[in-house]
Amino acid sequence: MTEKLAQRNYYGKALAELAKEDPKVVVMDADLAGSTKTSDFQKVCPERFVEVGIAESNMIGIAAGLAASGKTVFASTFGVFATGRCWEQIRLAVAYPKLNVKIVATHCGISVGEDGASHQALEDIAIMRTLPNMTVVAPADAYEAFAATKALAKYDGPAYMRMGRADFPTILEPDMEFEIGKAKVLREGTDVTIVGCGQMVSSCLLAAEELEAAGISAEVINMSTIKPLDTETLIASVSKTGCCVTAEEHSIIGGLGSAVAEALCDSICAPLERVGTKDTFGESGKPADLMVKYGLTADDIVLAAKKSVSRK
Amino acid sequence: MTQDYTISELENIANKLRLHVVEMTYAANSGHPGGSLSAADMIAALYFKFMKHDPKDPSWDGRDRFVLSKGHVAPILYAALAESGYFPVEDLLSLRKIGSKLQGHPVRGKVPGVEMSTGSLGQGLSMACGIALAGKMDGKDYKTICMLGDGELQEGQNWEAAMFARQAGLTNLIAIVDRNRLQITGDTEGAVGLEPLPEKWKAFGWNVIIIDGHNMRQILEALDKAAAAKARPTVIIMKTVKGKGVSFMENNAGFHGKACNAEEQAKAVEELKAVIQ
Repeated sequence: MTEKLAQRNYYGKALAELAKEDPKVVVMDADLAGSTKTSDFQKVCPERFVEVGIAESNMIGIAAGLAASGKTVFASTFGVFATGRCWEQIRLAVAYPKLNVKIVATHCGISVGEDGASHQALEDIAIMRTLPNMTVVAPADAYEAFAATKALAKYDGPAYMRMGRADFPTILEPDMEFEIGKAKVLREGTDVTIVGCGQMVSSCLLAAEELEAAGISAEVINMSTIKPLDTETLIASVSKTGCCVTAEEHSIIGGLGSAVAEALCDSICAPLERVGTKDTFGESGKPADLMVKYGLTADDIVLAAKKSVSRK
Repeated sequence: MTQDYTISELENIANKLRLHVVEMTYAANSGHPGGSLSAADMIAALYFKFMKHDPKDPSWDGRDRFVLSKGHVAPILYAALAESGYFPVEDLLSLRKIGSKLQGHPVRGKVPGVEMSTGSLGQGLSMACGIALAGKMDGKDYKTICMLGDGELQEGQNWEAAMFARQAGLTNLIAIVDRNRLQITGDTEGAVGLEPLPEKWKAFGWNVIIIDGHNMRQILEALDKAAAAKARPTVIIMKTVKGKGVSFMENNAGFHGKACNAEEQAKAVEELKAVIQ
């Protein structure tokens, strides 16, 4: 683990490169370009940047029209507004006709911090995952956010990508390859499988070190695509370890934990413990304090892993 | 492809489309005839006179784009698409049946000639803005036409789109409001009133043209005027009669989302056949 970097900064960098690489790319924002970093694209390619004002529903409809006319559209705002505010617009205008729109949200999860529950998306994975045709991606760090942005630009279809606000520890290589739908085993182990997404992946690695000291060998999987879920990698790992833990900065209802539970119940009988917010809204506070209060730390993953192992 | 029909020929086509609507919804035993019939004259003018399109090549790059925001009147759109040659007229009777491409509301990719999926009200104008914006970005000269219901304007997203269209200078965008004054619960003004409707659009920065939506000459003149707009997007507010062309359906909100029974059907067909040349 080296430095801490904000995923959105690397999203902006990737968009700025795409401005030169792909003339079909159009980027949209709803008055938050400075925060989502779509402003990096706007600076180098104002002619293909669309400001819609504070009107997320309209943004999705316009994105659909642009995509139907051959554009590869990236539409960005904060996670709560990018998904919840315009879910039905995404359903009808984007997902149903399978249009080439990437909804890319920043400010997801409780680590948004001081803005409080109105701005902390803890349900976005759940409500996007349920849409047919929708791909759902939650990169683990800034480097993966960069690589995923490039990969999404090449993928022809609807997708949702969630990122955080704060600087997250970098755990992957700066020049990593990203393949949609492919999970990566970051650490091999034999006693428990820990599956994470987003910034929780770095906590999963910390937890694995603590568990090793306690004599438990943990395998850590970065499940950066939540839909389609890489069940092959998941089931291969859980078949070996015999139990599982999920970790996400999202509600345990409907997110990564649910996706993994669904995959497990389809093919293997194994204990599963889910680390995430427990059917609750967040609140204002310092990100680190909130992560502790809402049970989203490496220590919480360690406890869950021990419990999962004990249930074997 | 534009065609050189006379006004009386276009009026006759509109009535043929109306007959299809009545027959399709009767065969489906469901659907939305009222708003289909009020829109029939404009739809005939668009597909048989005004719009550049090629039924043999639905994705022809130079085509004008039509978005039916009031997606529940899919029958009138399907009738126009079939009569202009996008698919066989016989397919129309498969409306709303399992396995049919003719879904209850239009679906992009399922029906040749359908540009966008609609049916949830208030979204079509945003989609049309996106299509028009792409045209501007790419320097193409196609027009984007979006037909809206009047009750539908109670959805706030329309006004987000209206603001955006003005801001983005979408002079290549034409909105058409089918002002038949009836929504499911009755008079639009008794539900949540829309008036003064022309002033609302003007305040949002649009050119406003008000016409009788059953007068073919006025329809064609309004479309030509809208197409020539230089500074602003244009909305055509067409005053219409819901259920137009079938006596017992006219101004009857009961036929918003209900097909005829056997007795009504015989009368409707008889009335429409009497005016078709």
